[in-house]
Amino acid sequence: MDTPSGAGRPAAGPTARRGRPGLHPAVRYLGGRVLTAVVSLLAVMVTSFFLFRVLPGDPVAALTQGRSVSVDQLEAMRRDFGLDQPLPQQFVDYCLGMMTLDFGMSYQYRVPVSELIAERLGPTLLLAGTGTVIAAVLGLVLGTRSGWRRGSLMDRVDTGIALTLWSVPSFWLGLLLIVLLASGAGLFPTSGMSSPGVEGTFAVALDVAHHMVLPVATMVAVVYAQYMMIMRSSVLDEMGADYLTTARAKGLRDAVVLRRHAVPNALLPTVTLIFLNLGRVVSGVILIETVFAWPGLGSLFYSGLRVPDLPIVQALFVVFAGSVIIMNLLADLVYPLLDPRVRT
Amino acid sequence: MVRPQDPARPAAGAPKNRTASGTAAAVTAAALIAAPALSAAAPAAAETADGADTLTVAASQPVDSLSPFLAQRLISTSIHRLAYDYLTNYDPETNETIPGLAESWKTSDDGLTWTYTIRDDATWSDGESVTAEDVAWTYTTMTEDESAATANGTFVANFEDVEAVDDSTVRIELKQPQATMLALDIPIVPEHIWKDIGDLGSFNNDEDFPIVGSGPFVITGHEPNQSITLEANEDYWRDPPEFDRLVFRYMPEQDAQVEALRAGEISFVSGLTPAQADALKDTEGVTVNTGDGKRFQGFTVNPGAATRDGEEFGDGHPALKDRVLRRAIMRALDKDEIVENVYGGYAQAADGYIPARYDTYHWTPRESQRLDFDPGAANRMLDEAGYERGDDGVRVSPDGDRLKLRMHVHNDRPDYVAMGKLMAERLGDIGIEIDNRTVDPGVLSDALHAGEYDLIFTGWTVNPDPDYVLGIHTCDALPSEPGTMRSDSYFCNEDYDRLYERQLATYDDPQARAETVERMQRILYEEAVVNVLTYADTLEAYRSDQIASIQVQPDPGGNIWGQDGHWSWSSAVPAADSQAGADVPVWALAGLGAVVLVAVGGGVYAMRRRAASAEDRE
Repeated sequence: MDTPSGAGRPAAGPTARRGRPGLHPAVRYLGGRVLTAVVSLLAVMVTSFFLFRVLPGDPVAALTQGRSVSVDQLEAMRRDFGLDQPLPQQFVDYCLGMMTLDFGMSYQYRVPVSELIAERLGPTLLLAGTGTVIAAVLGLVLGTRSGWRRGSLMDRVDTGIALTLWSVPSFWLGLLLIVLLASGAGLFPTSGMSSPGVEGTFAVALDVAHHMVLPVATMVAVVYAQYMMIMRSSVLDEMGADYLTTARAKGLRDAVVLRRHAVPNALLPTVTLIFLNLGRVVSGVILIETVFAWPGLGSLFYSGLRVPDLPIVQALFVVFAGSVIIMNLLADLVYPLLDPRVRT
Repeated sequence: MVRPQDPARPAAGAPKNRTASGTAAAVTAAALIAAPALSAAAPAAAETADGADTLTVAASQPVDSLSPFLAQRLISTSIHRLAYDYLTNYDPETNETIPGLAESWKTSDDGLTWTYTIRDDATWSDGESVTAEDVAWTYTTMTEDESAATANGTFVANFEDVEAVDDSTVRIELKQPQATMLALDIPIVPEHIWKDIGDLGSFNNDEDFPIVGSGPFVITGHEPNQSITLEANEDYWRDPPEFDRLVFRYMPEQDAQVEALRAGEISFVSGLTPAQADALKDTEGVTVNTGDGKRFQGFTVNPGAATRDGEEFGDGHPALKDRVLRRAIMRALDKDEIVENVYGGYAQAADGYIPARYDTYHWTPRESQRLDFDPGAANRMLDEAGYERGDDGVRVSPDGDRLKLRMHVHNDRPDYVAMGKLMAERLGDIGIEIDNRTVDPGVLSDALHAGEYDLIFTGWTVNPDPDYVLGIHTCDALPSEPGTMRSDSYFCNEDYDRLYERQLATYDDPQARAETVERMQRILYEEAVVNVLTYADTLEAYRSDQIASIQVQPDPGGNIWGQDGHWSWSSAVPAADSQAGADVPVWALAGLGAVVLVAVGGGVYAMRRRAASAEDRE
């Protein structure tokens, strides 16, 4: 769905264009990146409009399914939604709306989509953000250790566990945790973000944290493997490097060699991954949000797709893809700071 | 950020000494987060901190709108039944019309004028009394403002004029006689609150809580996409509810709902699968309710899609125009097998179009009319009609078309999917090849509207008044142009239409109307275009340690969720010592305490170790 062009390492980076006269290389680098991002964003906007119109199903028919409605009512709804307009006209309206961040009215909730998104953004950022940070830290730590001690029992066990969890479907793991820890042991609430009737800032924070444990744990368990495996392999890449031998020759302890020398170099690819995933934080974790009835963007998208509630899915598609593009851009911009080789 | 000396390990199975501090840290963190479990554990149980008896219902859908003019989803209309009163209501035991806001009514001889007397003891929750003006305003607004007709416009489309003659009398003039005048499922809203609202099309009635209503409960809170809270209306003119508070919690995942029920976090779940119902039957403190379904499940056959003007379109199999083939298809299907294999016995094999729970209108064919499962008979019918088997065992129609039929099945309905597989097998037995297209409902709906299908699954929820579900099979329901159909079959039969008009005209003679409706069902059955296979039971469960008793509709054998009326929630009685099922068990407390101790101890130990080796590290 996301990950447009220009992800990952800036492989076709500035070196390819070196030697052209005129702009300062840094400005050129920056300009190029921003331009790519803008073009991608426009492409996403156009795609979003047509993509969801290809979806089968008529929103009006879906919304009124199984209810007694007259033909006049159906036509009135179509008019309301602007679906009676010819496609080119709809496209123009859509583009004009996007320019002013007016995403239109949701068909099913009859409120502006921007309001819905604003309402749901917080819970998603909270859940997916926390999950991503924990998964990244956990993955980096475990990956470093595994890479440094490749082939050891610890490496094999850690990698095995991570890959097993990585291949587990998140909704299944979520349900399992609910069965074991929520309804079974009664340690956590089964779903939702808060309990009704809890008041006071501290109590509410505790209550939300309590509700968050299982969804965050599910998310971390399923995704930390990717950080771990990338960190592990980049540590392995650095293992044979001469500078490590030098560092050891200076008499540094093994742990210090790892921390001061190997890890900073090995971090680069992982940082890119983290940035990409930060973009994806916004799109939430649809299945996890559904299992735990978490009121976030993911479940909004899910409910929008079922109709299809075009204004919702279009806007969310643009928001999801846009956040990935922007994070990508940020990663590209931060890269030179982390890696002098890209600066030139 | 990365400190290899301080790794956190989630799992056991590795050398302990180097990882002690990490493990300890992780466990401490987990323990801290789990700590609220001790203080705030599951407050959603039956009795909340303030001592109010609370009934929590799991909702599978989010609320679309709280405005009675806009709300279309079952969750929202069910909430409106609790918060607003209607002109008339349905008896909880028999489904028959009983007085609501209208305590009595009469009609003119031509059936075009209806006069309702509004009761004088009904009040809005803000203290104003409910008058005929409120009723007239609600109906008039729906006829005058298009956006106010969004949800319930069909009820008033035929209204010529609505007038409040005095405070307690409403007179409605109709253009034509209407069967649903005692089944107007329209929440009456307070004029003094609603008249100042500008655009009814974008007003969702979810800003000023509590929301002024006149039902047994008052809506007091709404967390979008999370929950809706209602409080008992102590001034309700019928008996006020026994529960003080009613909470609808949105939980999209059915399995998660069941787990929440087990945990005692919610009091009631609906829409269970047979497997879930079986599992919950043996759970202590849970009662499973099996009710006769309001829905039928079946399929329609494409008899040749055409518009009202007779313009044919689509590409339905030409042989399906032959009634013999359609009837042979029905004789090849084993409904009992479907009941057993698909619904685990939680369904009834169906014949008539209207489910058995509505015994006034339900129809069963006589022995000589029945199209029961008999593959031998089906084969004979086809042989005699000239459908010969080809070399591959698949029959060919007299016109030379091979009997390969497309079957569209909703992929989001496990029962339909399983039913589809059985049907494909059974039809194979009589030489009909099925191209099973289990697809997204959107794809299915597109195929239906384009007339590009042969067999297609369907199902409707039938109201106590069957007018609407009968009306969708009149010739009038055919599309005016291809793609605009509101029905689920291209059925058109003059006899049926004549009977439809007659049942409308006999609205005041229930006996005669029921007979007419039964004859209509007989036509549907014999034509075999609209085919009903089962009436699946509604499977629901509630915590009997929170709810002592609850009204089903109809009684006995009825359902709790989605009733025509507010009976289940307004009459539910709290259990005497409603036990929260989600109390943290003692062993868990002890275990958690031990974990915290170990974690703290481990942490201290690790710190000392690190301090000891600090110089070494520099």
